[in-house]
Amino acid sequence: MIATTTSRLPDSRRIVITGVGLTAPNGNSLKEFRESLLNGRSGVRDYEIRYVGKTVAGVCDFDTLRYQARRELRRGTRAGSVGIYSSHEAVRDAGLDWDHCDPSRVGVYIGVTEHGNVETEHAIYEIKGYNYDTSFWSHHHNPRTVANNPAGEVALNMGITGPHYTIGAACAAGNAGLIQGAQMLLLNECDVALAGGVSESIHTFGIFASFKSQGALASHADPARASRPFDIHRNGIVVAEGGCMFVLERLDDAKRRHANIYGELVGHAINTDATDFVLPNPDRQAECMGLALKRAGLAPEQIDIVSTHATGTSSGDTQECQALRQVFGTSSRTRFNNTKSFIGHSMGAAGALELAGNLVSFADGVCHATINVDELDPACAMNGLVLNQPQEIGKPEYILNNSFGMLGINSVVIVKRF
Amino acid sequence: MTPSEIRAEVIDILGDIAPDEDLSQLKDDLPFREQLELDSMDFLDIVMELRKRHRIQVAEEDYGQLASMDSTVKYLEPRMKDL
Repeated sequence: MIATTTSRLPDSRRIVITGVGLTAPNGNSLKEFRESLLNGRSGVRDYEIRYVGKTVAGVCDFDTLRYQARRELRRGTRAGSVGIYSSHEAVRDAGLDWDHCDPSRVGVYIGVTEHGNVETEHAIYEIKGYNYDTSFWSHHHNPRTVANNPAGEVALNMGITGPHYTIGAACAAGNAGLIQGAQMLLLNECDVALAGGVSESIHTFGIFASFKSQGALASHADPARASRPFDIHRNGIVVAEGGCMFVLERLDDAKRRHANIYGELVGHAINTDATDFVLPNPDRQAECMGLALKRAGLAPEQIDIVSTHATGTSSGDTQECQALRQVFGTSSRTRFNNTKSFIGHSMGAAGALELAGNLVSFADGVCHATINVDELDPACAMNGLVLNQPQEIGKPEYILNNSFGMLGINSVVIVKRF
Repeated sequence: MTPSEIRAEVIDILGDIAPDEDLSQLKDDLPFREQLELDSMDFLDIVMELRKRHRIQVAEEDYGQLASMDSTVKYLEPRMKDL
């Protein structure tokens, strides 16, 4: 076994995941989420939104009042609420003595695909009822739509006075949030990083309408079967909301407080296609995976699970498979799965949620499946695809998590068993 | 609207703006902000709700009139008597 590059580093230069908090359409904790993933339980349901009408979506049902007062909920955004719930759950899961944490040494780094569309659409809908008289425009609009909003709401709610901001990275944002958190720990800008991604996208009609106009909005008589990456009859994206926040710490700090360690972040990469607004570029995706592997000091054959990005669009899935074949073509060890088949595409949260759902493999030795694959698209066929049923894989050592987004942003994270 | 109806309307607005507060013990002669957790944005919500519900425009120089229930009802009475 080739040692990963990070294992040669001092503990103060190694980053570990010590807490996970999440809300997904099929689970409001890592335990619930994992159970759903292993039992083929979808979180996609019938959904209706103004102007677009009936569609399907991944909808979360977390207890919004667990960590927020009603006044706070009224003032804030859904993305903020998702972030607050996930962050509190992550801190609790990490076993941090929050009351004695220095709030100025905690940072909040949240990936978002977009922010502000929900609030802007709603405000315009409201003033339509007043003949577009802007004197009825809410004074809450600006604080709700500033791009740092979800991270700022987390900081406000939790009394965090260290750095906070969002990372706008389209659908690569979940990984990007995680990477940013790790980098800020390495720069010693904070001692605890709350990092991940959130999405409130199901509350903007624009995202549904835009995917529909693009011919990329999924539909199916049975909502639970609408998200079908790799299936030949897939017909687009199921939009989902959700959030996942990780507690990241430097290894020496985590060891000092005897923290439970989910895994070590041993490699990452972000690159850019520079080829198209929407269409992905498999060569750049392959380069991104290759760069993350190189930084981790790993060969492709050492990766046990690849958590794919595939969203259920006809071209996106085949192009990612093309990239995966370029990188993992000779690996007989690697398994490939897809979380969006269960919950849809949770946008800014996707990368973080999809990694979280797979992290448990280090403990239970199971690779969850890609569900809803009735007929595998030959263009997506690869050795190692885990389809419809979870697979026992022994003792996985490495998970590679793909997350790609519009404007050609690619992100890859590699986590090692600890 | 009568003064008591205006008071009930203001209580209804406050109920939306400060949903965690117990408004049954509100003292009409004391400033809202001494009794409730209200900041300037919440205060602007009162102004906005009056505008939305009753098309009442509270001029900025009159904001001080909305400090307590007594002063609010007094300020609104001539403006809402025909509603």
